[in-house]
Amino acid sequence: MKHPIYMDYQATTPVDPRVLDAMLPWFVEKFGNPASRSHAYGWEADEAVTTARKQVASSIGADPREIVFTSGATESDNLAIWGVAQFYRDKGNHIITPTTEHKAVLDTCRHLESDGFEVTYLPVGTNGLIDLDTLEAAITPKTTLVSVMAVNNEVGVIQPIEAIGRLCRSKKVLFHCDAAQGVGKIPIDVNAMNIDLLSISAHKIYGPKGIGALYVRRQPRVRIKPFMHGGGHERGMRSGTLPTPLLVGLGEACRLAQEEMASETPRLLALRDRLRDGIMGQLTHVALNGDPVQRVAGNLNISFSYVEGESLMMAIKEVAVSSGSACTSASLEPSYVLRAMGVDEELAHTSIRFGLGRFTTAEEVEHVIGIVVGAVNKLRGMSPLWEMVQEGVDLSTLKWASH
Amino acid sequence: MAYNEKVLDHYENPRNVGSLDKGDAQVGTGMVGAPACGDVMKLQIRVNEDGIIDDAKFKTFGCGSAIAASSLVTEWVKGKSIDEALTIKNKDIADELALPPVKIHCSVLAEDAIKSAVADYRSKQKGA
Amino acid sequence: MIYLDHNATSPPRPGVAEAMMAAMTTIHGNPSSVHGPGRRARQLLDDARRALARLAGVHESRVIFTSGGTESNHLALFGVAEAAGCQGTILTSAVEHPSVLNPLERLEARGMRVIRLPVDSQGRVIPDEIQRALTPDTRLVSIMAANNETGVLQPIEAIGALCRTAKVPFHCDATQWFGKRPLGVDTLGADLITLSAHKSGGPKGCGALIVGAALQLAPLLLGGGQERGRRSGTENLPGIAGFAALAGQLAGRIEEEARHTTALRGKMENELLKSVPDAIILGAGAERLPNTTALLIPGVDGETLVMTLDLAGFAISSGAACASGKNSPSHVPLAMGWTPEATRGMVRISLGWETTETMVDSFISAFQRSVDRLRKGSAFA
Repeated sequence: MKHPIYMDYQATTPVDPRVLDAMLPWFVEKFGNPASRSHAYGWEADEAVTTARKQVASSIGADPREIVFTSGATESDNLAIWGVAQFYRDKGNHIITPTTEHKAVLDTCRHLESDGFEVTYLPVGTNGLIDLDTLEAAITPKTTLVSVMAVNNEVGVIQPIEAIGRLCRSKKVLFHCDAAQGVGKIPIDVNAMNIDLLSISAHKIYGPKGIGALYVRRQPRVRIKPFMHGGGHERGMRSGTLPTPLLVGLGEACRLAQEEMASETPRLLALRDRLRDGIMGQLTHVALNGDPVQRVAGNLNISFSYVEGESLMMAIKEVAVSSGSACTSASLEPSYVLRAMGVDEELAHTSIRFGLGRFTTAEEVEHVIGIVVGAVNKLRGMSPLWEMVQEGVDLSTLKWASH
Repeated sequence: MAYNEKVLDHYENPRNVGSLDKGDAQVGTGMVGAPACGDVMKLQIRVNEDGIIDDAKFKTFGCGSAIAASSLVTEWVKGKSIDEALTIKNKDIADELALPPVKIHCSVLAEDAIKSAVADYRSKQKGA
Repeated sequence: MIYLDHNATSPPRPGVAEAMMAAMTTIHGNPSSVHGPGRRARQLLDDARRALARLAGVHESRVIFTSGGTESNHLALFGVAEAAGCQGTILTSAVEHPSVLNPLERLEARGMRVIRLPVDSQGRVIPDEIQRALTPDTRLVSIMAANNETGVLQPIEAIGALCRTAKVPFHCDATQWFGKRPLGVDTLGADLITLSAHKSGGPKGCGALIVGAALQLAPLLLGGGQERGRRSGTENLPGIAGFAALAGQLAGRIEEEARHTTALRGKMENELLKSVPDAIILGAGAERLPNTTALLIPGVDGETLVMTLDLAGFAISSGAACASGKNSPSHVPLAMGWTPEATRGMVRISLGWETTETMVDSFISAFQRSVDRLRKGSAFA
């Protein structure tokens, strides 16, 4: 068993050796610039780009011409939301997105607010899911875009994408889906689900960091104002030299994830359920965050009452997990996603995200169960809160001096 | 965020974890912090007839630095008079554990815990 | 195949691919994660930032990693413009890269004034013109260090001095300069410097923007707050590792490589002019990058010559690689005063770190044969 045991597959994933093999030749001997139209180095690189585009497209049921390569899901989210908002500005200035989206979506929306746009931040239920009626009621004649993620990065809940797509289509509102955590993990078909724009990340699906894609629908045609102008790459939607090896990696990662989804999902589900039962069966005062059913196979997010999240992280340091989102865990603020779901600030502080993935083994899961249960018991033994609870004190009746 | 070795040592082998009888007149109990802030520290001291702290115990809900700071002060206060214990400042704790700026509040909390435990002990003495 | 198109992209130097592979096989974490794998990823990122900062002679806090030169240029231009409320004037030149000129058009549409300064017949911006154009309303000056098509160097030191006096931020697109001329902020004197890894033997998909310590810069990509909030998005670790390996390779070697390349190019240009005496070297009267030769060949179609040479086993270009399939004449020779007709005969040869004298020798004879054949009208004989 490798140490530490990696259970942070929602933060990033190791590159699959098969993806690496596919990328290898493009690092050294096949180094051409795919935009070089005048020599064979450029042509072979361009062919590789074409193949990668096909692989990415087919993993979401799209046409290769609908794929725009970017530097990652953050850029894809920025490009989709900013690009649609600006292009359709004359039609309307209203955007709807849930409060639990990734920061790349929320911060872009906030920036647009300072530029005269109106944003409705949709609440989520205690299970982390949005309510379709609330979404429908939020749509106004001024609404141009709804942006809802496929799978939440922290709690793993799967939003009702197909129903959202249907609703948006019927209201003639564009639908952007941040599927960084969804592609390759749950079936996604942009046509069946009426998705107009969709963000993809390579490093969440065993591909390299630094590359992603944005799906932009052609029929009916969706227009975006480009974010990066320059040499006119990517049909004018995104300029910049295409990094061939990274694209090859993204394409191969999409292909593998798509091909193996049917066998990988039940395997991960079994591991995840074993982890959940192993931990929750041996400890009291633990809560599962996010909908128990509508969630991606590789995610388990649990709050442990009366221990503190960061010290728990230290106690289980042989296991690489995350408390809250990887992007914000360096801060001391509790997760905004859990807070939006109505999780107490205290419980939000004690939440741990276990992310399981392609290289997680049953042996690792058993090991982690033992480590976590032991650590929680040890920390509770040190916790004054746990002591009071054991003495029958109702903590909610106590007054705490804030500091 | 990488932890300093001393923090890790106190965190992994915390000194003086536990509880003293809070009903004992010789025991002062200090409880500071708030669960919503992510840390609660309970520090207990037992003061002998000579006015010397002869035992100290803690329980802490909080991050590794908070646990380390509590563990450290239990070691530091033992054998000191209560007046001497009150001279322990948060800066001493932060320096000893090389706490980064974001963790300074842990040392502040530990200093507060000493003050709070001493205050509790003194109020018990007055009441007796 | 002999590759003489290094200004489009340059093959990775030894060690670069290895560093990238190592980053992908041994680093499994996200630099924003606090656990061990995350900290190791952070370590790699910090080390790489230091390596690049050392090469550039700046403090590491001034390095922002980006997805490449295009993004760095956008971040510089939009970042300054947004921080200035999209008001005021930006000075630039007529020969900038499209990744500068196109975003400036967008800023123009948002209400900023953009002045595109002309260049002289050698492709140089004239510092006096900048001096004249600078007003209290000027928010930014953006001038490239070296032109991608001709290799002509701009008088950046003088421009930097003017900007400092006027207290106007100076952005310098050093995409082509990086790796071919020594980089130092003292020499460049710029507040914002665009770097790209793949033009001098580093990986594609990775670049940097070096930012002055006191400069106000609004971020372009919003999200997780990476790069101290100035560039969100999970860092491209393999690319950054490759960039750092490149920086390590370049350290102390740029001058020597430049001497070697200058000698090779000198020989090549002499021979080419001997065999095609009516050819014109663009910017020959100016200081140029050591590796770039842009030729105008009367009576020959540049595209056709490039194709002919490709069939003969030589990769060169008819202009910029970014101008994907476009047939319109390049804006660079036009700005230097050449007619659209004359620019049809343009080809660009750009040597690189792995170019040898033997390669150049065989290119010279192939070039001669190809031009002769084209002039005789039998392109694909």
